[in-house]
Amino acid sequence: MSRTLTAMADSTPGGYGSEPGPRPAPGPYISAVTNRTTNLVIRGAMLFSVGVFLALVLNLLQVQRNVTLFPPDVISSIFSSAWWVPPCCGTASALIGLLYPCIDSRLGEPHRFKREWSSVMRCVAVFVGINHASAKVDFANNVQLSLTLAALSVGLWWSFDRSRSGFSLGVVIALLATLATQLLVYNGVFQYTSPDFLYIRSWLPCIFFAGVITMGNIGRQLALYEHKVALEKTHQD
Amino acid sequence: MTLRERLRQKISAAFYHHGLLCASYPVPIILFTSASILTCCYPLLRLPLPGTGPVEFTTAVRGYASPSHNPLGDPVERPDWYRGPPVAYIQQVLVKAAVSPWGSNLLPVDAFRPPLGQVFTLLEEIRNHVHSDSSGVQSLEHLCLQVTDLLPGLRRMQTVLPEHGCLLVSPGNYWQNQQELFDSDPDLLKTVQKHEPKGLHTSATLRDLLFGVPGKHTGVSHYSKKRVVTYTITIALSTYDAGFLGSLRARLKQLHPSANCSLGEEHMVHVHFKEEIGIAELIPLVTTYIILFAYIYFSTRKIDMVKSKWGLALAAVVTVLSSLLMSVGLCTLFGLTPTLNGGEIFPYLVVVIGLENVLVLTKSVVSTPVDLEVKLRIAQGLSNESWSIMKNMATELCIILIGYFTLVPAIQEFCLFAVVGLVSDFFLQMFFFTTVLSIDIRRMELADLNRRLPAEAGLPPPKPGPLRPREAPPPPRPSPHTITLQTPAFRNLRLPKRLRVVYFLARTRLAQRIIMVGTVIWIGILVYTDPAGLRTYLAAQVSEQSHLGDPGGGGGQPPHLGGMAPVFPGGDPAKALSVLPAREATPLPENQSQRHLAPGRVQEQPRGPPAATQVPWGAEDEEGWRRLSFRHWPSLFSYYNITLAKRYISILPVIPVTLHLGPQEAPETPRHPQDARLPPDPIPKFSSPDLQAADLTLYKVAALGLAAGVLLVLLLFCLYRVLCPRNYGQNGVSHGRRRRGDLPCDDYGYSPPVSEISPLLLRGHSMDIECLASDGMLLASCCLAGQIRVWDAQTGDCLTVIPNHNWDGAGGACDPESLGCEGRDPCVGGDSASEDEGGGFPFRRHAPPLRPPLFTDQPDLTPLIDTNFDSRLPPSSVHAAPPRGAAFDYGGLVERAYTEHEPPSPAAPDRGFACGPPPAAEWEGSVWAMELRGNLIAAGRSSGKLQLWDAVEGSLRCSNEEGASGITALAFLNNRIVAARLDGSLDFFTVELNKPPGLLQYRGAPGRGSMPPSPCYSSDDLISCQLTRSVLCAHQKPITVLRAAAGRVVTGSQDHTVRVYRLDDSCCLFTLQGHSGAITAIYIDETMVLASGGQDGAICLWDVLTGSRVSHVYGHRGDVTSLVCTNTCVISSGLDDLICIWDRSTGIKLYSIQQEVGCGDSLGVISDSLLVTGGQGCVSFWDLNFGDLLQTVYLGQTSDGQGVRQLLVLDNAAIVCDFGSELSLVYVPSVLEKLD
Repeated sequence: MSRTLTAMADSTPGGYGSEPGPRPAPGPYISAVTNRTTNLVIRGAMLFSVGVFLALVLNLLQVQRNVTLFPPDVISSIFSSAWWVPPCCGTASALIGLLYPCIDSRLGEPHRFKREWSSVMRCVAVFVGINHASAKVDFANNVQLSLTLAALSVGLWWSFDRSRSGFSLGVVIALLATLATQLLVYNGVFQYTSPDFLYIRSWLPCIFFAGVITMGNIGRQLALYEHKVALEKTHQD
Repeated sequence: MTLRERLRQKISAAFYHHGLLCASYPVPIILFTSASILTCCYPLLRLPLPGTGPVEFTTAVRGYASPSHNPLGDPVERPDWYRGPPVAYIQQVLVKAAVSPWGSNLLPVDAFRPPLGQVFTLLEEIRNHVHSDSSGVQSLEHLCLQVTDLLPGLRRMQTVLPEHGCLLVSPGNYWQNQQELFDSDPDLLKTVQKHEPKGLHTSATLRDLLFGVPGKHTGVSHYSKKRVVTYTITIALSTYDAGFLGSLRARLKQLHPSANCSLGEEHMVHVHFKEEIGIAELIPLVTTYIILFAYIYFSTRKIDMVKSKWGLALAAVVTVLSSLLMSVGLCTLFGLTPTLNGGEIFPYLVVVIGLENVLVLTKSVVSTPVDLEVKLRIAQGLSNESWSIMKNMATELCIILIGYFTLVPAIQEFCLFAVVGLVSDFFLQMFFFTTVLSIDIRRMELADLNRRLPAEAGLPPPKPGPLRPREAPPPPRPSPHTITLQTPAFRNLRLPKRLRVVYFLARTRLAQRIIMVGTVIWIGILVYTDPAGLRTYLAAQVSEQSHLGDPGGGGGQPPHLGGMAPVFPGGDPAKALSVLPAREATPLPENQSQRHLAPGRVQEQPRGPPAATQVPWGAEDEEGWRRLSFRHWPSLFSYYNITLAKRYISILPVIPVTLHLGPQEAPETPRHPQDARLPPDPIPKFSSPDLQAADLTLYKVAALGLAAGVLLVLLLFCLYRVLCPRNYGQNGVSHGRRRRGDLPCDDYGYSPPVSEISPLLLRGHSMDIECLASDGMLLASCCLAGQIRVWDAQTGDCLTVIPNHNWDGAGGACDPESLGCEGRDPCVGGDSASEDEGGGFPFRRHAPPLRPPLFTDQPDLTPLIDTNFDSRLPPSSVHAAPPRGAAFDYGGLVERAYTEHEPPSPAAPDRGFACGPPPAAEWEGSVWAMELRGNLIAAGRSSGKLQLWDAVEGSLRCSNEEGASGITALAFLNNRIVAARLDGSLDFFTVELNKPPGLLQYRGAPGRGSMPPSPCYSSDDLISCQLTRSVLCAHQKPITVLRAAAGRVVTGSQDHTVRVYRLDDSCCLFTLQGHSGAITAIYIDETMVLASGGQDGAICLWDVLTGSRVSHVYGHRGDVTSLVCTNTCVISSGLDDLICIWDRSTGIKLYSIQQEVGCGDSLGVISDSLLVTGGQGCVSFWDLNFGDLLQTVYLGQTSDGQGVRQLLVLDNAAIVCDFGSELSLVYVPSVLEKLD
C-alpha cells in the first residue's frame, strides 16, 4: 500500500498542480476567508492525514508479513518503516482526493452515486480488507492472488464509484504508479521479498487501483462540504 | 410482460404478504426469531472462548509417547494442536530449603543465603547425572534443549541467561553458576534486584524466570517469616527419555527426601500457546474496527422519522451481529470449525453483510403514507423495496460464489461464512427487524395520536387500552398529517463558539465519561499488570481455601494474602487496614512460640518431623508453574528466538527436593562480612527498601490515584453543575445575558422545541392553482378553471368565490343575484366544485363525454367544459358571438385548458406565449395575472381585460378593456396598477374613487410594514380604473417580469433589458443592459435593492438610484427562475433545481441547496435567517446563515406526486403554497413568536 501511494505521488505531479490562480478578489480579507483556496487547503490537509494514517497502518501490515523489506538500519526507526513513505502517501492521496471532484466538475457530470459517509466508510473498510488479504492470505500461486485482488478492486469500483471517469483515472494512475514503483525498486530504494512481476509483486496495480478509488471517494465526499467550510469561515468574522 | 417483470411482481407480492404477516403478529414472530437465533447459536457453546491464553491438556506420564503428526483414528478426544513433539519438555526441580531450627544467633541473611548456596551442589548433581540402561548412556547434555545466542537486544542478560548449551535456569544463574562468585557477593538481594525492570511490567521478570516461582513465594527476603526458601531449577529437554528422568527423580529424592511430600507424579500437562498478538499486529485490527464503527455510526445516523431512533439502530446492529453468530453456529454445527482468526475477519463480514438493507427498509416504510394502517404501511414499504433487496442479495451471493471458486482455503472459508451470514441476515431482516420496525411505527402513531388528542376534541377518542396493537388499530386520523422531524440543531446555531463548546461538553457529559473510562482502564491496567494482580490473587484465594482444610501448612500463607489484599482495587480499604495490623501482630507470638518449642525439638530430633512443620508441601506446589504469569514460558523461549505461538510445551511433574539446614550448618556456609552489617531486626518495617515495601508503594500509589480520580470526577461534576444548571430545556427561565441576535425560542441546544407545524389545507378549487396574491390579510387564488377564491389569510376560511364568467357572456356586468347567494360561502373543505357552481349556475350536468385518450391523465376538466348545450346561450348574453352552428366547439376550450395546464408559474417567461394569439375577443380569457390590495382584486386576463373585483363581496367593480393584448403581469401599488402586456407594452392605470378621499379608511398592514398601508375600498364607492399612460413599446419583446416597489416599476423582458419606471409619472428612468439572455426574474424591495436574473443564468445587482451595475455573477445552468434578497444575501433559484445563496456585498456564492426536480423556483424568505423552499409535497425550512435544514413540513398525505410550484410568504409569517388544486397555509410559530 505504501508503495501504492508513494508511486502515486511520483506519478501525478503534473495532474493537478494548478491551484485556482489569484483572482481579482474583492477584498483581501474576505477573499482570504471564503476563497476556494482555503477550502482546497483544508480538504487537502484532511486527505493528507488520512493518507498518512492509512499508509502507516497498511505498511505495518506488510512489514509484519515481510512482504516488503527495508534496509535493516531503518527498521528500528519510527513504525518500522522508512520515514519518507507516509508523507509521500499523504501527498498522493491529497492530490488524488482533490483531483477527483475537480475532474467531476470539469466533465460536468457530478458524481451522484451513493454520496454518503457510510458508503465511504464501507469503501475504506473494503480497501483495508483487500490490503489485508494481499498480506495475510496464503494463496497457492501468485496469479491466483493477483486475479482475486483484481476482481476485488473492480468490485470495489462497481460498488462504490461506477463512474467512467473514476475508472479511467484509477487505471491510469495505477499504471503510472506501478511504473514508478518498478523504477524505485530497480534503483534499490527498497525491495519485495518474492517479486513475480519484474521487480514487484503482480498484485500491486490492483492495490493501486483500489487505493485511487478509495481516496477519490473520500475526496468527493469532502468536496460536498466545501460550502459548509466557507460558511463557517464567514461566520467566524 | 417479461420474465423479469413477472418475477418482480411475484417478489413484490410475496413481500407484501410477508409484511402483513409480520405486522399482524409481532410478538409470536419475535419469539420465534429469538428462539431460532438461540438455537443456531447453541453450537457456539462448544467452541473455546477466544483469547490468547494458553490451553492445557493433561495426559498420563505412564506410557507417554510423543504424539505423532498424523493421528489416525484416535479414539480419545484430544485437541487438534496436540500433534507432533512439543517444543520442549519442562522439568522443574522444586527446591524448598529451610534453616531449622532458627537460632537466635542467626542473622536474617542466614534465612536464604545457605539455602541458595545449596543450588550449586544440586546443579552439579543434575548436570553430572548419568543414566545408563540397555540403550546406552544418557546424560543431560544429550537430552536437553540446546540453545544458541540470545537475541541481539538482550546483551545485558548475557551474564545471567545460559548461552550455547543446555537451557537450564536456576537462581544460580545470577552468579554464573559459580559458588565462588556467590560466596563473594556482598549483597545477594541487590544482585537479584539489579536485573529487575523498573516500573510496571506485564511480562515475566528475570527473577521469575530464574527462580521459577513467583517473587513473593521465593522467601528470599530479610523479613520472611517462614524462613523457607523456594526456588526451582528448570530444565528444558528436547527429547523425552523416561528412563533418564526417572533415575534423576529417584536420585534427587534419595539425596533430599521430602517426608511429607505427596505430590502427584502421574500427570504431565501440555500447554498450547495461541498466536501472540503484539501491538504492531493490533494496529491494523484496531483500525479496521474503528472504520467499522464509523460505518455503523454513519449508517444508523440516517435512520429518521421513527419513534426511537436508537432503538432501531440497536435492532439493526443486533440483526447483523446475531446473523454473524448464527452463521458461525451453523457452520460449527455442520462440522466446519473456524480456523480463521475471528477477530480479524469479523469487521469485513459486517461490511459485506452491511446495514444497508435495514436502512433501506426503514426508509421505505417510513415514507409510506402516514394515514394507512400500520400493517399496510409495513407491507407497502416492504414490497416497494423487495426488488432492490433481492437484487442486492443476488449480487452479493454471486460475488461470494466467485470468491468461493478462487479455491484458496482462507477465502473459501470466508465466503462460506459470508454466505451463511448473508442468508441468516436476510432471515433476520425479514422477520426480526421488520417486526421491530412495525412495533416502533405503531408506537410512534400512538404517541402522535396522544399528542394530537387535545386539539381534536370533537373526534371519537381512541380506545383507552391501545397497548394491544392487534386489536386496536389506530383510528383513522383526519388530515392534514404532519410528521415533525426531530431537529436537534433547531435553534442552537446562534450561540458563540465558546458557549457551544461548553454546551457540547455538558450535553454529552464528555469530560465525565472520559474520566470514568480512563479510571476504569487505569484500574484495569493496575489489576492486570501488577505481579500480585487479580490473577494471582484469585489463585491465592483458591489455594488458601484448600489450605484451610489442611492444618499442616496453614501458617505459611496469610502473610502473602495479607500483602495482596489491598492491591485488589475492588476491595474496600477497611479490609486492607484490618489485615495490615494483623500482620504486624503475628510475628511476636510466633517467634515466642518458636523460641519455646525450638530447643526441645532440636534436642529430640534434629531432622525430620519437626522440620516438616517448617517445610510444608501443599497441593499448590504440585503445579507451581500455574502461579507464574502465563507469559512466563513464551518470554523465556523468546529470549532465544524460539516462538511458542501455535505450539505447545509439555510440563513434566516437578521433582520435589527438601533441604534442611541445621543452625549449626548455616554458619558453616561462609557468610559474607557485609551480611552482619544489617541490623537483625525481626520486625519488618514497611518503609524499608525491600520488595514488600515496593509492593506497598504500589498500593499507596494505587490508592492515591484512585482517590485522585474520584476527586477529579467529583470536581468536574461540580463544575458541570455550576456551569450548566439543569434548567436549560425549560423555556420559562429567562436567560439574563442573551445576545441581541438570539431568538426568543433559543434554548441553548437543550431539548429543542418540538414545534409542530401543521399546514392548513384550503380546498375548493377544482383545478390547479395558477395565480396567488395576498396583501397580508386576504388571500386570493385563481385556478385554471378561472375561478377566483378569496380566503382569510389568518383562519383559512373561504370568504368569496368568484366564478369564471365565460359562460355568462363576455359582458363586464356581473349578475348580482348569482353572486349574492355565493357571498360568504362557508367553505367546507372537500366539497365538490359543482356545488359551488351549482349555486349560481343551475346547470344540468351531463355525464362527461368520452374524452380522447390523450387526456386520460389530465385532471378533471368538467368544471371548465360546459356540456350543457341547452343553456349554452342564455338570453342575457346578447352580444356573445354565437358559435358556429348549434354544437359548440368545446375542443378549443379543452385545448386551452390543456395548454395552460403546463406549469403556470408567473415567473416562467414563455408561459402562454406558445398559445398563439388569444382566442376570440368574446371569450373573456383566463386569468394570467392577479394582484390584491386593500379589498380589491386586480385580475389581468388573457384577453387583455383588466378587472377589479371586490374581494369581500365578490362583485365586479370595474373593468377596463382598452388593451387587446393579454396581460402577462400586474403590479398594484397604492392606487396605481401597472399591467404588462404580451406585445411588450406597459399600461399604467389609476384607480379612482368617486368619493371624498377623507372617507378612505386605512387599514394598517400587520407585520413589518414593508408595504405602505393600502386604502380599503368600501363597497359602496364607485371605482373607476383609468388608463393614465400606455407605453407602447416599452420593450421590443414580450415583458416577462414586472415588479413594483418603492415608487418604481421594474420590467424585464425577453429583449435582454431591464427597465425602471417611476410609478408616479410613468417615466422611464433607466434601461439596464447587462444580461445576455431574456430576463426571467426580478427582485426589488422597499430598500431599492434591485436584482435581476436572466436566461443565461446570470444574476445582476443594480443600483436603482444611479442605474449602475453593482455585481454580476453567473450562478445557474439555465434560467434563473426566482430571486429574493435579504439584508446580507441574495437567494436565487434556477432551472437546474439549485438554490444558491450569495453574499450580497461581495457576490461570492456561500452555498447552494439541491432541490427536487421541478420545485426549484418556489422559495421565500420569512425572516432574515429563515428560508422556505417548496418540494415534492412538502415545504422545507432552512437556516439561511448556516444552510442547515431545519424542518420539513409535509403538506398532504401522499409524499409523492405534486410539487409545490408557487410559494408566497405572507406578512404574518405564514406561507401559502399551491399544492395541486389545494392551497396550503403553513404557519411558522417560532417566527410568529419572533415577530411579537
